[in-house]
Amino acid sequence: MSANDVAVLGVGMHPWGKWGRNFVEYGVAAARDALRDAGIAWTDVQFVSGADTMRNGYPGYVSGATFAQAMGWTGARVASSYAACASGVTALEAARTRILAGLCDVALVVGADTTPKGFLAPNAGDRPTDPDWLRFRLVGATNPTYFALAARRRMDLYGATAEDFAKVKVKNAGNGLANPNARFQKAVTVHDVLASPMVADPLHLLEICATADGGAAVVLTSMEFAQRHAGTAGSPVRVAAVSTVTPTYPNTVIDLPDMATDSTAVVARADQTFKQSIAHAAYEEAGIGPDELSLAEVYDLSTALELDWYEDIGLCKQGEAERLLNDGDTQMGGRIPVNPSGGLACFGEAVPAQAIAQICEVTWQLRGQATGRQVEGATAGITANQGLFGHGSAVLLRR
Amino acid sequence: MTTIARQPALGAEGWFTSDEEAPALLGLRCASCGTYVFPKADYGCPNPACGGTAFDEVRLSRFGTVWSYTDARYQPPPPYVVPTDEHTPFCIAAVELADEGLVVMGQVIAGVTVDDLRVGQRMELVIDVLYRDEAAEHLIWKWKPADEAEGVA
Repeated sequence: MSANDVAVLGVGMHPWGKWGRNFVEYGVAAARDALRDAGIAWTDVQFVSGADTMRNGYPGYVSGATFAQAMGWTGARVASSYAACASGVTALEAARTRILAGLCDVALVVGADTTPKGFLAPNAGDRPTDPDWLRFRLVGATNPTYFALAARRRMDLYGATAEDFAKVKVKNAGNGLANPNARFQKAVTVHDVLASPMVADPLHLLEICATADGGAAVVLTSMEFAQRHAGTAGSPVRVAAVSTVTPTYPNTVIDLPDMATDSTAVVARADQTFKQSIAHAAYEEAGIGPDELSLAEVYDLSTALELDWYEDIGLCKQGEAERLLNDGDTQMGGRIPVNPSGGLACFGEAVPAQAIAQICEVTWQLRGQATGRQVEGATAGITANQGLFGHGSAVLLRR
Repeated sequence: MTTIARQPALGAEGWFTSDEEAPALLGLRCASCGTYVFPKADYGCPNPACGGTAFDEVRLSRFGTVWSYTDARYQPPPPYVVPTDEHTPFCIAAVELADEGLVVMGQVIAGVTVDDLRVGQRMELVIDVLYRDEAAEHLIWKWKPADEAEGVA
Protein backbone atom coordinates (compact mmCIF):
# COMPACT_ATOMS: atom_id res chain seq x y z
CA MET A 1 0.00 0.00 0.00
CA SER A 2 1.31 3.41 -0.92
CA ALA A 3 1.11 6.44 1.34
CA ASN A 4 -1.00 8.12 -1.33
CA ASP A 5 -3.70 5.46 -1.49
CA VAL A 6 -7.27 6.27 -0.50
CA ALA A 7 -10.14 3.78 -0.18
CA VAL A 8 -13.25 3.42 -2.30
CA LEU A 9 -15.57 2.40 0.54
CA GLY A 10 -18.81 2.61 -1.39
CA VAL A 11 -20.11 3.06 -4.92
CA GLY A 12 -23.62 3.66 -6.20
CA MET A 13 -25.55 4.55 -9.32
CA HIS A 14 -28.96 5.64 -10.50
CA PRO A 15 -29.71 3.69 -13.70
CA TRP A 16 -29.05 5.47 -16.99
CA GLY A 17 -32.01 6.24 -19.24
CA LYS A 18 -34.05 9.08 -20.68
CA TRP A 19 -36.05 9.70 -17.55
CA GLY A 20 -36.50 13.45 -18.04
CA ARG A 21 -36.48 14.25 -14.35
CA ASN A 22 -34.36 16.67 -12.30
CA PHE A 23 -30.68 15.72 -12.07
CA VAL A 24 -30.75 16.16 -8.27
CA GLU A 25 -33.01 13.12 -7.98
CA TYR A 26 -30.47 10.88 -9.78
CA GLY A 27 -27.58 12.28 -7.76
CA VAL A 28 -29.30 11.78 -4.42
CA ALA A 29 -30.33 8.23 -5.37
CA ALA A 30 -26.76 7.39 -6.40
CA ALA A 31 -25.35 9.01 -3.24
CA ARG A 32 -27.69 7.06 -0.95
CA ASP A 33 -26.80 3.87 -2.85
CA ALA A 34 -23.07 4.55 -2.32
CA LEU A 35 -23.56 5.34 1.38
CA ARG A 36 -25.54 2.10 1.83
CA ASP A 37 -22.80 0.20 0.02
CA ALA A 38 -20.17 1.78 2.30
CA GLY A 39 -22.25 1.12 5.39
CA ILE A 40 -21.99 4.68 6.67
CA ALA A 41 -24.53 7.40 7.40
CA TRP A 42 -24.94 10.63 5.44
CA THR A 43 -24.14 12.49 8.65
CA ASP A 44 -20.66 10.88 8.66
CA VAL A 45 -19.71 12.62 5.41
CA GLN A 46 -17.32 15.51 5.99
CA PHE A 47 -16.83 16.68 2.43
CA VAL A 48 -19.23 16.65 -0.54
CA SER A 49 -17.55 16.97 -3.92
CA GLY A 50 -19.96 17.46 -6.81
CA ALA A 51 -19.43 17.30 -10.57
CA ASP A 52 -21.47 20.12 -12.15
CA THR A 53 -24.07 19.45 -14.80
CA MET A 54 -23.18 20.27 -18.38
CA ARG A 55 -25.26 22.71 -20.38
CA ASN A 56 -24.23 23.17 -23.98
CA GLY A 57 -20.56 22.51 -23.32
CA TYR A 58 -20.36 24.77 -20.31
CA PRO A 59 -21.02 24.29 -16.59
CA GLY A 60 -24.70 24.19 -15.74
CA TYR A 61 -26.05 23.77 -12.23
CA VAL A 62 -24.04 23.91 -9.02
CA SER A 63 -23.69 20.35 -7.79
CA GLY A 64 -21.92 20.04 -4.42
CA ALA A 65 -24.16 22.30 -2.34
CA THR A 66 -27.27 21.22 -4.26
CA PHE A 67 -26.77 17.56 -3.31
CA ALA A 68 -25.79 18.52 0.26
CA GLN A 69 -28.98 20.54 0.73
CA ALA A 70 -31.14 17.86 -0.89
CA MET A 71 -29.85 15.27 1.57
CA GLY A 72 -30.18 17.67 4.50
CA TRP A 73 -27.60 20.24 5.55
CA THR A 74 -24.99 18.77 7.90
CA GLY A 75 -22.37 21.50 7.84
CA ALA A 76 -20.13 19.39 5.61
CA ARG A 77 -17.64 21.24 3.42
CA VAL A 78 -18.55 21.30 -0.27
CA ALA A 79 -16.92 21.86 -3.64
CA SER A 80 -18.23 21.79 -7.19
CA SER A 81 -16.10 20.93 -10.21
CA TYR A 82 -16.48 21.36 -13.93
CA ALA A 83 -14.14 19.70 -16.42
CA ALA A 84 -16.60 18.62 -19.14
CA CYS A 85 -16.50 14.80 -19.50
CA ALA A 86 -13.70 14.62 -16.91
CA SER A 87 -15.72 16.50 -14.25
CA GLY A 88 -16.33 13.40 -12.14
CA VAL A 89 -12.63 12.72 -11.74
CA THR A 90 -11.85 16.36 -11.01
CA ALA A 91 -14.41 16.07 -8.20
CA LEU A 92 -12.82 12.80 -7.07
CA GLU A 93 -9.38 14.43 -7.07
CA ALA A 94 -10.66 17.28 -4.86
CA ALA A 95 -11.86 14.65 -2.37
CA ARG A 96 -8.69 12.55 -2.60
CA THR A 97 -6.32 15.45 -2.05
CA ARG A 98 -8.38 16.70 0.91
CA ILE A 99 -8.20 13.23 2.46
CA LEU A 100 -4.47 12.89 1.76
CA ALA A 101 -3.88 16.32 3.27
CA GLY A 102 -5.43 15.03 6.47
CA LEU A 103 -8.28 17.54 6.32
CA CYS A 104 -11.01 14.90 6.31
CA ASP A 105 -11.55 11.14 6.44
CA VAL A 106 -14.85 10.65 4.63
CA ALA A 107 -15.87 12.28 1.34
CA LEU A 108 -18.80 11.77 -0.99
CA VAL A 109 -18.27 12.36 -4.72
CA VAL A 110 -21.46 12.77 -6.79
CA GLY A 111 -22.28 13.53 -10.42
CA ALA A 112 -25.66 13.46 -12.18
CA ASP A 113 -27.29 15.02 -15.21
CA THR A 114 -30.38 15.10 -17.33
CA THR A 115 -29.73 15.68 -21.02
CA PRO A 116 -31.64 16.90 -24.07
CA LYS A 117 -32.18 14.84 -27.22
CA GLY A 118 -29.96 15.02 -30.28
CA PHE A 119 -26.64 16.74 -30.99
CA LEU A 120 -25.09 18.57 -28.07
CA ALA A 121 -25.13 22.18 -29.25
CA PRO A 122 -24.17 25.58 -27.82
CA ASN A 123 -26.52 27.97 -26.07
CA ALA A 124 -28.71 30.28 -28.14
CA GLY A 125 -27.56 33.78 -29.03
CA ASP A 126 -24.55 35.10 -30.94
CA ARG A 127 -21.25 34.60 -29.12
CA PRO A 128 -18.57 35.20 -31.76
CA THR A 129 -15.71 35.07 -29.25
CA ASP A 130 -16.70 31.62 -27.93
CA PRO A 131 -14.78 28.80 -29.68
CA ASP A 132 -17.66 26.40 -29.03
CA TRP A 133 -20.07 28.75 -30.83
CA LEU A 134 -17.60 29.45 -33.66
CA ARG A 135 -17.03 25.82 -34.64
CA PHE A 136 -20.76 25.27 -35.14
CA ARG A 137 -21.32 28.57 -36.99
CA LEU A 138 -18.23 28.74 -39.19
CA VAL A 139 -17.65 25.05 -39.97
CA GLY A 140 -20.82 23.20 -38.92
CA ALA A 141 -18.56 20.99 -36.81
CA THR A 142 -20.61 18.90 -34.36
CA ASN A 143 -19.08 16.55 -31.79
CA PRO A 144 -19.34 13.59 -34.20
CA THR A 145 -17.29 15.62 -36.71
CA TYR A 146 -14.29 15.36 -34.40
CA PHE A 147 -14.95 11.69 -33.62
CA ALA A 148 -15.11 11.00 -37.36
CA LEU A 149 -11.83 12.82 -38.09
CA ALA A 150 -10.14 10.46 -35.64
CA ALA A 151 -11.89 7.43 -37.15
CA ARG A 152 -10.95 8.31 -40.72
CA ARG A 153 -7.29 8.67 -39.75
CA ARG A 154 -7.32 5.10 -38.43
CA MET A 155 -8.67 3.92 -41.79
CA ASP A 156 -6.27 5.83 -43.99
CA LEU A 157 -3.20 5.33 -41.76
CA TYR A 158 -3.68 1.83 -40.35
CA GLY A 159 -6.14 0.21 -42.72
CA ALA A 160 -8.99 0.00 -40.20
CA THR A 161 -12.29 -1.03 -41.76
CA ALA A 162 -15.92 -0.16 -41.12
CA GLU A 163 -16.34 -3.75 -39.87
CA ASP A 164 -13.54 -3.28 -37.32
CA PHE A 165 -15.32 -0.24 -35.90
CA ALA A 166 -18.68 -2.02 -35.87
CA LYS A 167 -17.17 -4.92 -33.90
CA VAL A 168 -16.40 -2.54 -31.03
CA LYS A 169 -20.11 -1.75 -30.75
CA VAL A 170 -21.03 -5.43 -30.98
CA LYS A 171 -18.60 -6.23 -28.15
CA ASN A 172 -19.80 -3.42 -25.89
CA ALA A 173 -23.48 -4.11 -26.57
CA GLY A 174 -22.85 -7.71 -25.54
CA ASN A 175 -21.18 -6.63 -22.30
CA GLY A 176 -23.99 -4.21 -21.46
CA LEU A 177 -26.63 -6.95 -21.61
CA ALA A 178 -25.63 -7.93 -18.08
CA ASN A 179 -25.51 -4.39 -16.70
CA PRO A 180 -28.72 -3.29 -14.96
CA ASN A 181 -27.54 0.34 -14.91
CA ALA A 182 -27.03 0.57 -18.68
CA ARG A 183 -29.53 2.54 -20.79
CA PHE A 184 -29.30 0.16 -23.76
CA GLN A 185 -29.41 -3.57 -23.05
CA LYS A 186 -29.74 -4.92 -26.55
CA ALA A 187 -27.42 -7.11 -28.61
CA VAL A 188 -26.47 -5.79 -32.06
CA THR A 189 -24.72 -7.32 -35.06
CA VAL A 190 -22.11 -5.85 -37.39
CA HIS A 191 -24.87 -5.70 -39.98
CA ASP A 192 -27.14 -3.69 -37.63
CA VAL A 193 -24.35 -1.18 -37.04
CA LEU A 194 -23.44 -0.74 -40.70
CA ALA A 195 -27.13 -0.53 -41.69
CA SER A 196 -27.77 2.34 -39.28
CA PRO A 197 -27.69 5.83 -40.87
CA MET A 198 -24.32 7.40 -41.61
CA VAL A 199 -23.89 10.47 -39.37
CA ALA A 200 -20.35 11.61 -40.06
CA ASP A 201 -18.50 9.35 -42.47
CA PRO A 202 -17.19 6.75 -41.53
CA LEU A 203 -19.30 6.69 -38.35
CA HIS A 204 -22.87 5.37 -38.26
CA LEU A 205 -25.57 6.28 -35.77
CA LEU A 206 -25.00 3.13 -33.71
CA GLU A 207 -21.29 3.94 -33.40
CA ILE A 208 -21.77 7.33 -31.75
CA CYS A 209 -22.48 7.77 -28.07
CA ALA A 210 -26.01 8.92 -27.24
CA THR A 211 -26.87 11.29 -24.41
CA ALA A 212 -28.53 10.00 -21.27
CA ASP A 213 -29.78 10.81 -17.78
CA GLY A 214 -28.01 9.15 -14.89
CA GLY A 215 -26.17 9.55 -11.61
CA ALA A 216 -23.14 7.99 -9.97
CA ALA A 217 -21.46 8.38 -6.58
CA VAL A 218 -18.40 7.21 -4.70
CA VAL A 219 -17.68 7.24 -0.96
CA LEU A 220 -13.96 7.93 -0.65
CA THR A 221 -12.17 7.58 2.69
CA SER A 222 -8.71 7.52 4.18
CA MET A 223 -7.17 4.03 4.34
CA GLU A 224 -7.11 4.31 8.12
CA PHE A 225 -10.84 5.03 8.29
CA ALA A 226 -11.59 2.19 5.87
CA GLN A 227 -9.59 -0.33 7.87
CA ARG A 228 -11.19 0.76 11.13
CA HIS A 229 -14.66 0.72 9.59
CA ALA A 230 -14.38 -2.52 7.61
CA GLY A 231 -12.86 -4.54 10.43
CA THR A 232 -12.31 -8.04 9.10
CA ALA A 233 -14.35 -7.52 5.92
CA GLY A 234 -11.18 -7.56 3.81
CA SER A 235 -9.10 -4.89 2.11
CA PRO A 236 -11.07 -2.21 0.25
CA VAL A 237 -10.54 -1.20 -3.35
CA ARG A 238 -7.94 1.55 -3.41
CA VAL A 239 -7.38 4.56 -5.64
CA ALA A 240 -3.69 4.19 -6.54
CA ALA A 241 -3.47 7.19 -8.89
CA VAL A 242 -5.52 9.99 -10.41
CA SER A 243 -4.58 11.85 -13.56
CA THR A 244 -6.19 15.16 -14.49
CA VAL A 245 -3.48 16.37 -16.86
CA THR A 246 -3.97 19.08 -19.48
CA PRO A 247 -2.23 19.21 -22.88
CA THR A 248 1.29 20.48 -23.32
CA TYR A 249 2.15 22.99 -26.03
CA PRO A 250 2.02 22.29 -28.90
CA ASN A 251 -1.22 20.30 -28.78
CA THR A 252 -1.08 18.76 -32.25
CA VAL A 253 -4.34 16.81 -32.43
CA ILE A 254 -7.37 18.88 -33.36
CA ASP A 255 -9.85 18.64 -30.56
CA LEU A 256 -13.20 19.98 -29.44
CA PRO A 257 -14.02 22.84 -29.64
CA ASP A 258 -11.00 24.17 -31.56
CA MET A 259 -10.78 24.75 -35.29
CA ALA A 260 -6.99 24.61 -35.43
CA THR A 261 -4.10 22.97 -33.60
CA ASP A 262 -1.11 24.62 -32.01
CA SER A 263 1.91 25.18 -34.22
CA THR A 264 4.93 22.84 -34.32
CA ALA A 265 7.03 25.43 -36.17
CA VAL A 266 9.07 26.52 -33.13
CA VAL A 267 8.40 23.97 -30.38
CA ALA A 268 8.61 20.40 -31.70
CA ARG A 269 5.76 18.00 -31.04
CA ALA A 270 6.16 16.02 -27.82
CA ASP A 271 6.80 12.27 -27.74
CA GLN A 272 3.26 11.75 -26.47
CA THR A 273 -0.01 13.17 -27.67
CA PHE A 274 -2.29 14.68 -25.05
CA LYS A 275 -4.46 11.59 -25.04
CA GLN A 276 -1.43 9.36 -24.48
CA SER A 277 -0.26 11.52 -21.59
CA ILE A 278 -3.54 11.02 -19.67
CA ALA A 279 -3.07 7.37 -18.67
CA HIS A 280 0.71 7.69 -18.66
CA ALA A 281 0.51 10.14 -15.75
CA ALA A 282 -1.60 7.64 -13.79
CA TYR A 283 0.83 4.77 -14.47
CA GLU A 284 3.75 6.94 -13.34
CA GLU A 285 2.00 7.93 -10.13
CA ALA A 286 0.90 4.40 -9.24
CA GLY A 287 4.06 2.64 -10.34
CA ILE A 288 1.85 0.21 -12.26
CA GLY A 289 2.17 -0.47 -15.96
CA PRO A 290 -0.47 -1.45 -18.54
CA ASP A 291 0.78 -5.06 -18.39
CA GLU A 292 -0.49 -5.33 -14.81
CA LEU A 293 -4.08 -4.32 -15.63
CA SER A 294 -6.97 -6.77 -15.44
CA LEU A 295 -9.42 -4.49 -17.26
CA ALA A 296 -9.99 -0.98 -18.56
CA GLU A 297 -13.00 1.31 -18.82
CA VAL A 298 -12.35 3.81 -21.61
CA TYR A 299 -14.43 6.61 -23.08
CA ASP A 300 -15.95 5.18 -26.26
CA LEU A 301 -17.61 8.36 -27.52
CA SER A 302 -17.36 6.48 -30.81
CA THR A 303 -16.38 2.94 -31.75
CA ALA A 304 -13.16 4.15 -33.36
CA LEU A 305 -12.22 6.23 -30.32
CA GLU A 306 -12.24 3.07 -28.23
CA LEU A 307 -9.56 1.70 -30.58
CA ASP A 308 -7.53 4.90 -30.15
CA TRP A 309 -7.68 4.35 -26.40
CA TYR A 310 -6.19 0.83 -26.68
CA GLU A 311 -3.06 2.50 -27.99
CA ASP A 312 -3.24 5.62 -25.85
CA ILE A 313 -3.43 3.68 -22.56
CA GLY A 314 -0.60 1.41 -23.69
CA LEU A 315 -2.42 -1.87 -24.36
CA CYS A 316 -0.72 -2.09 -27.76
CA LYS A 317 1.43 -0.06 -30.14
CA GLN A 318 0.13 2.62 -32.48
CA GLY A 319 -1.79 1.03 -35.36
CA GLU A 320 -2.30 -2.33 -33.64
CA ALA A 321 -5.68 -1.76 -31.97
CA GLU A 322 -7.68 -3.45 -34.72
CA ARG A 323 -5.54 -6.57 -34.33
CA LEU A 324 -6.04 -6.52 -30.55
CA LEU A 325 -9.81 -6.31 -31.07
CA ASN A 326 -9.91 -9.00 -33.74
CA ASP A 327 -7.72 -11.34 -31.68
CA GLY A 328 -10.32 -11.10 -28.92
CA ASP A 329 -7.88 -9.60 -26.38
CA THR A 330 -10.34 -6.92 -25.31
CA GLN A 331 -13.41 -9.18 -25.19
CA MET A 332 -14.69 -10.68 -21.96
CA GLY A 333 -12.39 -13.62 -21.26
CA GLY A 334 -9.59 -12.00 -23.30
CA ARG A 335 -6.23 -10.78 -22.08
CA ILE A 336 -7.51 -7.35 -21.06
CA PRO A 337 -11.28 -6.85 -21.33
CA VAL A 338 -12.18 -3.26 -22.23
CA ASN A 339 -15.48 -1.75 -21.20
CA PRO A 340 -16.96 -4.76 -19.41
CA SER A 341 -19.71 -2.35 -18.26
CA GLY A 342 -20.81 -1.94 -21.87
CA GLY A 343 -19.20 1.50 -22.04
CA LEU A 344 -20.80 4.61 -23.44
CA ALA A 345 -22.16 2.40 -26.22
CA CYS A 346 -24.65 1.03 -23.69
CA PHE A 347 -24.90 3.94 -21.29
CA GLY A 348 -24.98 7.04 -23.44
CA GLU A 349 -23.37 10.02 -21.81
CA ALA A 350 -24.57 11.71 -18.62
CA VAL A 351 -21.52 13.95 -18.58
CA PRO A 352 -20.80 14.71 -14.89
CA ALA A 353 -21.74 11.16 -13.83
CA GLN A 354 -19.81 9.30 -16.50
CA ALA A 355 -16.26 9.38 -15.17
CA ILE A 356 -17.63 8.38 -11.74
CA ALA A 357 -19.61 5.54 -13.34
CA GLN A 358 -16.34 4.23 -14.80
CA ILE A 359 -14.92 4.11 -11.25
CA CYS A 360 -18.03 2.32 -9.96
CA GLU A 361 -17.61 -0.40 -12.61
CA VAL A 362 -13.92 -0.96 -11.91
CA THR A 363 -14.70 -1.13 -8.18
CA TRP A 364 -17.38 -3.78 -8.71
CA GLN A 365 -14.97 -5.72 -10.93
CA LEU A 366 -12.18 -5.60 -8.35
CA ARG A 367 -14.58 -6.75 -5.64
CA GLY A 368 -15.87 -9.60 -7.80
CA GLN A 369 -19.40 -8.15 -7.75
CA ALA A 370 -19.92 -7.50 -11.49
CA THR A 371 -22.55 -10.19 -11.88
CA GLY A 372 -22.84 -11.51 -15.42
CA ARG A 373 -19.89 -9.49 -16.70
CA GLN A 374 -17.18 -10.30 -14.14
CA VAL A 375 -13.54 -10.25 -15.22
CA GLU A 376 -12.25 -13.24 -13.25
CA GLY A 377 -9.59 -12.52 -10.66
CA ALA A 378 -9.40 -8.80 -11.43
CA THR A 379 -6.73 -7.05 -9.35
CA ALA A 380 -6.16 -3.71 -11.09
CA GLY A 381 -8.10 -1.55 -13.51
CA ILE A 382 -7.86 1.84 -15.15
CA THR A 383 -10.46 4.35 -16.27
CA ALA A 384 -9.72 6.88 -19.01
CA ASN A 385 -11.64 9.71 -20.55
CA GLN A 386 -11.23 12.98 -22.39
CA GLY A 387 -13.58 15.93 -22.57
CA LEU A 388 -13.75 19.23 -24.30
CA PHE A 389 -11.56 22.24 -23.45
CA GLY A 390 -8.42 20.14 -22.79
CA HIS A 391 -9.70 17.96 -19.98
CA GLY A 392 -8.55 14.39 -19.55
CA SER A 393 -8.83 11.95 -16.70
CA ALA A 394 -7.63 8.54 -15.67
CA VAL A 395 -8.00 6.69 -12.38
CA LEU A 396 -6.00 3.60 -11.44
CA LEU A 397 -7.72 1.31 -8.97
CA ARG A 398 -6.34 -1.80 -7.37
CA ARG A 399 -7.32 -4.37 -4.84
CA MET B 1 -30.73 47.01 -58.24
CA THR B 2 -28.70 46.96 -55.09
CA THR B 3 -25.45 45.09 -54.76
CA ILE B 4 -25.36 42.79 -51.81
CA ALA B 5 -22.42 43.18 -49.42
CA ARG B 6 -19.76 40.47 -49.21
CA GLN B 7 -18.35 40.27 -45.71
CA PRO B 8 -16.60 37.80 -43.42
CA ALA B 9 -19.02 35.69 -41.38
CA LEU B 10 -19.64 36.89 -37.84
CA GLY B 11 -16.71 35.87 -35.67
CA ALA B 12 -14.28 35.44 -38.58
CA GLU B 13 -13.57 39.13 -39.21
CA GLY B 14 -9.88 39.58 -39.95
CA TRP B 15 -9.23 35.84 -40.19
CA PHE B 16 -8.65 35.79 -43.96
CA THR B 17 -7.97 38.07 -46.90
CA SER B 18 -10.65 38.62 -49.48
CA ASP B 19 -8.01 38.82 -52.17
CA GLU B 20 -9.71 36.94 -55.00
CA GLU B 21 -6.39 36.25 -56.73
CA ALA B 22 -4.58 34.74 -53.76
CA PRO B 23 -6.94 34.14 -50.85
CA ALA B 24 -5.22 33.30 -47.58
CA LEU B 25 -5.88 32.76 -43.91
CA LEU B 26 -4.41 35.53 -41.78
CA GLY B 27 -2.50 34.10 -38.86
CA LEU B 28 -0.21 35.63 -36.30
CA ARG B 29 3.51 35.09 -35.86
CA CYS B 30 4.95 35.78 -32.43
CA ALA B 31 7.54 38.55 -32.64
CA SER B 32 9.51 36.95 -29.78
CA CYS B 33 9.64 33.19 -30.46
CA GLY B 34 8.35 32.99 -34.03
CA THR B 35 5.58 30.47 -33.44
CA TYR B 36 2.39 30.69 -35.46
CA VAL B 37 -1.14 31.08 -34.17
CA PHE B 38 -4.47 30.71 -35.93
CA PRO B 39 -7.03 32.11 -35.59
CA LYS B 40 -5.89 34.52 -32.91
CA ALA B 41 -3.90 35.04 -29.74
CA ASP B 42 -5.94 37.37 -27.61
CA TYR B 43 -3.97 36.73 -24.45
CA GLY B 44 -0.40 36.56 -25.69
CA CYS B 45 1.81 33.84 -27.16
CA PRO B 46 0.53 30.30 -26.51
CA ASN B 47 4.09 28.99 -26.21
CA PRO B 48 4.40 28.74 -22.41
CA ALA B 49 8.15 29.36 -22.52
CA CYS B 50 7.72 32.60 -24.46
CA GLY B 51 5.40 35.13 -22.86
CA GLY B 52 5.47 37.36 -25.94
CA THR B 53 2.61 39.74 -26.54
CA ALA B 54 3.57 41.27 -29.90
CA PHE B 55 2.61 39.56 -33.14
CA ASP B 56 3.03 40.12 -36.85
CA GLU B 57 0.07 39.33 -39.05
CA VAL B 58 1.08 36.80 -41.68
CA ARG B 59 -0.61 35.11 -44.62
CA LEU B 60 -0.66 31.38 -43.99
CA SER B 61 0.21 28.88 -46.72
CA ARG B 62 -2.57 28.56 -49.26
CA PHE B 63 -1.79 24.88 -49.84
CA GLY B 64 -1.68 22.03 -47.37
CA THR B 65 -2.30 18.29 -47.03
CA VAL B 66 -5.33 16.51 -45.58
CA TRP B 67 -4.80 15.42 -41.96
CA SER B 68 -8.26 13.90 -41.86
CA TYR B 69 -11.77 14.43 -43.22
CA THR B 70 -15.41 13.56 -42.75
CA ASP B 71 -18.83 14.85 -43.77
CA ALA B 72 -21.98 16.21 -42.14
CA ARG B 73 -24.84 13.96 -43.23
CA TYR B 74 -27.22 15.43 -40.67
CA GLN B 75 -27.98 19.13 -40.46
CA PRO B 76 -25.81 20.67 -37.74
CA PRO B 77 -27.78 22.51 -35.03
CA PRO B 78 -27.76 26.31 -34.66
CA PRO B 79 -25.75 28.52 -34.64
CA TYR B 80 -24.96 26.75 -37.95
CA VAL B 81 -27.01 28.44 -40.65
CA VAL B 82 -28.33 26.16 -43.39
CA PRO B 83 -27.33 27.92 -46.63
CA THR B 84 -29.97 26.29 -48.82
CA ASP B 85 -33.63 25.39 -48.38
CA GLU B 86 -32.71 21.89 -47.35
CA HIS B 87 -29.56 20.53 -45.77
CA THR B 88 -27.13 19.19 -48.33
CA PRO B 89 -24.35 17.07 -46.80
CA PHE B 90 -20.94 18.71 -47.05
CA CYS B 91 -17.41 17.57 -46.27
CA ILE B 92 -15.15 18.90 -43.56
CA ALA B 93 -11.37 18.59 -43.76
CA ALA B 94 -8.57 19.24 -41.30
CA VAL B 95 -5.61 20.38 -43.38
CA GLU B 96 -1.97 20.45 -42.30
CA LEU B 97 0.08 23.49 -43.30
CA ALA B 98 3.69 22.33 -43.40
CA ASP B 99 5.52 25.63 -43.01
CA GLU B 100 3.42 26.83 -40.08
CA GLY B 101 3.03 23.41 -38.44
CA LEU B 102 -0.69 24.06 -38.02
CA VAL B 103 -3.74 21.92 -38.78
CA VAL B 104 -6.77 24.02 -39.73
CA MET B 105 -10.29 22.67 -40.06
CA GLY B 106 -12.77 23.98 -42.60
CA GLN B 107 -15.63 23.00 -44.82
CA VAL B 108 -14.77 21.54 -48.21
CA ILE B 109 -16.36 23.24 -51.22
CA ALA B 110 -19.72 21.94 -52.41
CA GLY B 111 -19.72 18.98 -54.77
CA VAL B 112 -16.84 17.13 -53.10
CA THR B 113 -17.68 13.87 -51.29
CA VAL B 114 -15.59 11.77 -48.91
CA ASP B 115 -14.88 9.45 -51.83
CA ASP B 116 -12.90 12.27 -53.41
CA LEU B 117 -10.67 12.73 -50.36
CA ARG B 118 -7.82 10.86 -48.67
CA VAL B 119 -5.33 11.58 -45.89
CA GLY B 120 -2.23 13.26 -47.31
CA GLN B 121 -4.02 14.76 -50.31
CA ARG B 122 -3.09 18.28 -51.40
CA MET B 123 -5.68 20.97 -50.72
CA GLU B 124 -6.04 24.61 -51.62
CA LEU B 125 -7.69 27.38 -49.63
CA VAL B 126 -10.56 29.30 -51.18
CA ILE B 127 -12.91 31.97 -49.90
CA ASP B 128 -16.52 30.96 -50.38
CA VAL B 129 -20.01 31.85 -49.24
CA LEU B 130 -21.01 30.28 -45.91
CA TYR B 131 -24.60 31.50 -46.27
CA ARG B 132 -26.58 34.42 -47.69
CA ASP B 133 -29.27 36.53 -46.08
CA GLU B 134 -31.01 39.81 -47.03
CA ALA B 135 -28.07 41.84 -45.76
CA ALA B 136 -25.04 40.11 -47.16
CA GLU B 137 -23.11 37.15 -48.41
CA HIS B 138 -21.32 35.86 -45.34
CA LEU B 139 -17.88 34.62 -46.35
CA ILE B 140 -15.70 31.87 -44.95
CA TRP B 141 -12.59 29.91 -45.91
CA LYS B 142 -13.07 26.47 -47.39
CA TRP B 143 -10.77 23.75 -48.62
CA LYS B 144 -10.74 22.53 -52.19
CA PRO B 145 -8.84 19.55 -53.63
CA ALA B 146 -5.82 21.11 -55.34
CA ASP B 147 -4.75 20.46 -58.83
CA GLU B 148 -1.68 18.29 -58.14
CA ALA B 149 0.25 20.30 -60.71
CA GLU B 150 -0.58 23.61 -59.11
CA GLY B 151 2.25 25.72 -57.77
CA VAL B 152 3.55 26.15 -54.27
CA ALA B 153 2.07 28.60 -51.82
